[in-house]
Amino acid sequence: MIQLIELTVNGERHDLAVEPRRTLVDVLRHDLGLTGTHVGCEHGICGACTVLVDGAPVRACLMFPAQVEGADIRTVESLAAPDGTLNDLQQCFSAHHGLQCGFCTPGFLMLAEGYLAEEPDATKEEIREVVASNLCRCTGYQTIVEAIDDCAVRRRAALQQQLDGSTA
Amino acid sequence: MKPAAFSYHRAHSVAGAVGLLTELGEDAKVIAGGQSLVAMMNFRLARPEHLIDITHVDGLSGIRRDGAALHLGALVTHRAVERADLGPEFRVLSEAMAWVGHLPIRTRGTVGGSIAHSDATAEWCLLAVLLDARIVAEGPAGRREIAAGEFFLGPYTTALEPDELIVEIVFPRPAPRAALTEYADRKGDFAIVAAAVDLDAPGGPRVVLGGVAPTPVSVAPRTGAGSRSPGEIVAAAVEVRDEPGISAHYRRGLVRTLVDRAWAEAAAR
Repeated sequence: MIQLIELTVNGERHDLAVEPRRTLVDVLRHDLGLTGTHVGCEHGICGACTVLVDGAPVRACLMFPAQVEGADIRTVESLAAPDGTLNDLQQCFSAHHGLQCGFCTPGFLMLAEGYLAEEPDATKEEIREVVASNLCRCTGYQTIVEAIDDCAVRRRAALQQQLDGSTA
Repeated sequence: MKPAAFSYHRAHSVAGAVGLLTELGEDAKVIAGGQSLVAMMNFRLARPEHLIDITHVDGLSGIRRDGAALHLGALVTHRAVERADLGPEFRVLSEAMAWVGHLPIRTRGTVGGSIAHSDATAEWCLLAVLLDARIVAEGPAGRREIAAGEFFLGPYTTALEPDELIVEIVFPRPAPRAALTEYADRKGDFAIVAAAVDLDAPGGPRVVLGGVAPTPVSVAPRTGAGSRSPGEIVAAAVEVRDEPGISAHYRRGLVRTLVDRAWAEAAAR
């Protein structure tokens, strides 16, 4: 059975003909060529496939694309600017050495993007708790926590500056 | 691995989903958040021929107070409960969500799905039994309510008929002095033992345990006499299973510790 579906990924609409059993992560990688999202365990444990659906971090290996028709899907490819300039979160990962082999990194980036959007005032302890959902075998997590925390601090400072500027 | 082939059916209403369940029979499975089902399908532990997707059904995502009771639609996510302000009466539910998997699981997983899945350590199954929840199911003959105490029949087995769909879970009474805690080797894993306590349950304090038997185990410990703690009393009273790697002795120790911990948390409210 082949199914016709319409997905919106990183703001772009795609019409696809896929088998219903194809999971979202396989559709992103094989049908759309968005190979930034990685396939790890395929049972929701490792988090390498984490993407955003309507802003919320989800496991792309644990859902079928037909379930997210009409939703706004974002992958790691949406973070950097079109000219390749990394976004602030990616720059923090680089500055803090929040990655070594890099396999888990897209998942951590999308997890952190979704989480910080919802909880901009997250504490380091809360960040530590949240990143426990994804597996990293290289870094020992410390640098990942520091990268996300640094990004959150910078975004808060920027927002404060904006608020101060608008009242001045 | 990848799931085996299946046909996808999208339901647009509860009646439509029930119609599909009736038509497709026992080879059909309902999918909501899919956080347990898709993992099982990827492992090929589950190979449904038909999936009935209810995630596009309207009206099942509401959280609403009705007098003393709290109504949760079947498609309410764990994350929505975690972030909802349910007041002191039901904050035990919000707080317990921190134990359900991890954030990206909680953003998709649903209350109704967790109850229908009936894992022996699932937080929602424990909370439902602890707080005398009623599970509202719709079938071809209409709606009926099933008491949580009679709903969980075994691992992954419930009182739900194959053509019935859970539409709502009703928590009928406030539980201001209740708490849930658990232990797993890694945070977010299935609990080895989970313990939930409600000090204001009808008939006296109630303890519900997950992980000790195929379904949640409810105990009403007689405290007061003697110097034993509630955890010691419960640990001495329940049968716990023995399995390679996790002895009954170890599990009993966990029961004692976790019941005392949850009890103290509930009493401090």
